[in-house]
Amino acid sequence: MPRYRSWGRYPAATPAAVLPVDWRSDPPALDRVRQPVLPYACGRSYGDSCLNDGGVVLDVRRLDRLIAFDQERGLLQCEAGVTLAEILALVVPRGWFLPVVPGTRWVSVGGSIANDIHGKNHHRAGTFGAHVSRFELLRSTGQRTVCTPGDELFRATVGGLGLTGLILWAEIMLKRIPGPAIAVERIRFPGLDAFFALAADDRDFEYTVAWVDCLARGPRLGRGIYMRGDHAPQDGTVPSPLRPARFRVPLDAPAGVLNATTLGLFNEAYYRGQLRGRLRSTVPYAAFFFPLDGVGDWGRLYGANGFVQYQCVVPDVGGGGPIRAIFERISRSGEPASLAVLKRFGNIRSPGLLSFPREGMTLAVDFAVRGRTLALLEDLDAIVRETGGAVYPAKDARMSAASFRAFFPELERFTAQRDAKFSSSFWRRVHAS
Amino acid sequence: MPPETSTRVLIVGATSAIAAETARVYAAYGARLFLAGRNPQRLEAVAADLRVRGAGSVLTAVLDVTDRQRCDAVVEEAWSTFGGLDVALLAHGVLPDQARCQASAAATIEALEVNFTSAVALLTPLANRFESAGRGCIAVITSVAGDRGRQSNYVYGAAKGGLDRFLEGLRNRLFHAGVAVVTLKPGFVDTPMTAGLTQGPLFASARRAGRDIHRSIERRRDVAYIPWFWRPIMAILRSLPETVFKRLRL
Repeated sequence: MPRYRSWGRYPAATPAAVLPVDWRSDPPALDRVRQPVLPYACGRSYGDSCLNDGGVVLDVRRLDRLIAFDQERGLLQCEAGVTLAEILALVVPRGWFLPVVPGTRWVSVGGSIANDIHGKNHHRAGTFGAHVSRFELLRSTGQRTVCTPGDELFRATVGGLGLTGLILWAEIMLKRIPGPAIAVERIRFPGLDAFFALAADDRDFEYTVAWVDCLARGPRLGRGIYMRGDHAPQDGTVPSPLRPARFRVPLDAPAGVLNATTLGLFNEAYYRGQLRGRLRSTVPYAAFFFPLDGVGDWGRLYGANGFVQYQCVVPDVGGGGPIRAIFERISRSGEPASLAVLKRFGNIRSPGLLSFPREGMTLAVDFAVRGRTLALLEDLDAIVRETGGAVYPAKDARMSAASFRAFFPELERFTAQRDAKFSSSFWRRVHAS
Repeated sequence: MPPETSTRVLIVGATSAIAAETARVYAAYGARLFLAGRNPQRLEAVAADLRVRGAGSVLTAVLDVTDRQRCDAVVEEAWSTFGGLDVALLAHGVLPDQARCQASAAATIEALEVNFTSAVALLTPLANRFESAGRGCIAVITSVAGDRGRQSNYVYGAAKGGLDRFLEGLRNRLFHAGVAVVTLKPGFVDTPMTAGLTQGPLFASARRAGRDIHRSIERRRDVAYIPWFWRPIMAILRSLPETVFKRLRL
């Protein structure tokens, strides 16, 4: 069943069976399933948190109905399998926007809650879960509970990796926008110090993110392009249509196509591609938020073995000590790393017990899967652990159980709320019980 | 304002994935929809979705299509609620278990009831109303399976093939009254109905099927394959002489 893969195509996993959940009014009886179950919608988690090797996959992609939309207050109620793409296509023309969007719109509402996703406005809006007013959770006993913020089960389910039960529907608080376009400013910066200076100044912008060249060495270490943007007032800009990728990577690329040389050249070109230090433009929202959605299955460029994305958050201390240490470690390893994404998380507390975002600097980098890569990532985990940071489970396929415990101090409280019938490849790996 | 704002559409079998996707296209244009289906909770879930997506109004009626009197009543209700209809789409049906049908005449007849006779029970009052109105469109989802009887699926194929022929005659009759009859023949569509089949490259998404069906109805096509590529495939399959065809294991 190749459909039930994760985005990084690593590791491989085969579910024993698939159980479709098509209607919120009569979901299947989970207590009759013998194997552990795990909800699955779009498969956009990178590692094994959306995989259930040998278990039963609860396929919720047909749980894709909208339920109610209060256009005055911006409250949208919909089933868990609805994609953010679908919601944006509906609400943007009516002057509303999702409070938080990740780097792709092809994720489900259920997945957005289960991973308590974040976006380029974390410093202003916090995580997705902070804008969820309620959801209904189906437990394996058949019990259905409407959870609201403050409930212990709400806090366990937000960021709970699908392990507390099946979210049937949710209600999200949208935000008003003046139009479908984003006014963007792109600033080229020569190194990490310049980045920290820009990031310290993010208060006045709704969205900020940087693309960083982590193959550059010496004084150029951490050079990149800083992007900051705001919703632009209504003008003639064409709205972004709901359209699947125009181009899809049809095959797995031969191993090694993305190597240190090709990625180095790409990073160089990306950095040099912007000739001026500052560039201002107004673009459709999809071009700003979802640049890679135009290329379907782009992960296949990493070859048949798949890839891992490493995303961590570390405290934002003066001079950027921990981030600098991580960059130096990656650069020294010579491992082919693509452009990295760097962003400052703000101090809005994430509502979930296992939520990843917390105040500090977050870095995300893709690596092809090789033996040496995994050793490097283990080293990076050690740096993150020392600083009291965390690694993002939604992107993980390899962190150790000890690291997981260190990154998520509320683990015990979470475990008390978990539904024993629900499990994932990730959970079995990091929670040796 | 979109051109189809006031389109009045009756959909029978509205909780099927293909019907619901077709209804979403109409809803986005602000159409008024009357949905009939067996399960009231599911019907209400589909109706709510269509309301949020912009449907002018959405009404529902619980209908088991094997209940003939109820078929009449629902047609009457839809017609009088909207003061006439512009489109009636019949999308109900079940994919019967061929092996079970072979073992039981009762199971076979039941499958023919749901997939053929019930459609006739709905088409008869619909045709008469559309004929007197002198305008509108009747669209019915049959199947590529109706194009040729295959050992693996001929009970379903017989029902859909019979329906094709019925619609052919109805089209001929209603043409003179200015009413269009659209035969829609989906191939493999990724829906709960086909969940038991192994998916291949010929599978289309329900969303695509819904869009194609909406377009075929708006263009008043006589016979539309959903998606289009089934037309040449079925042309080849239909052209095989019976002496050859009977030897195949299809």
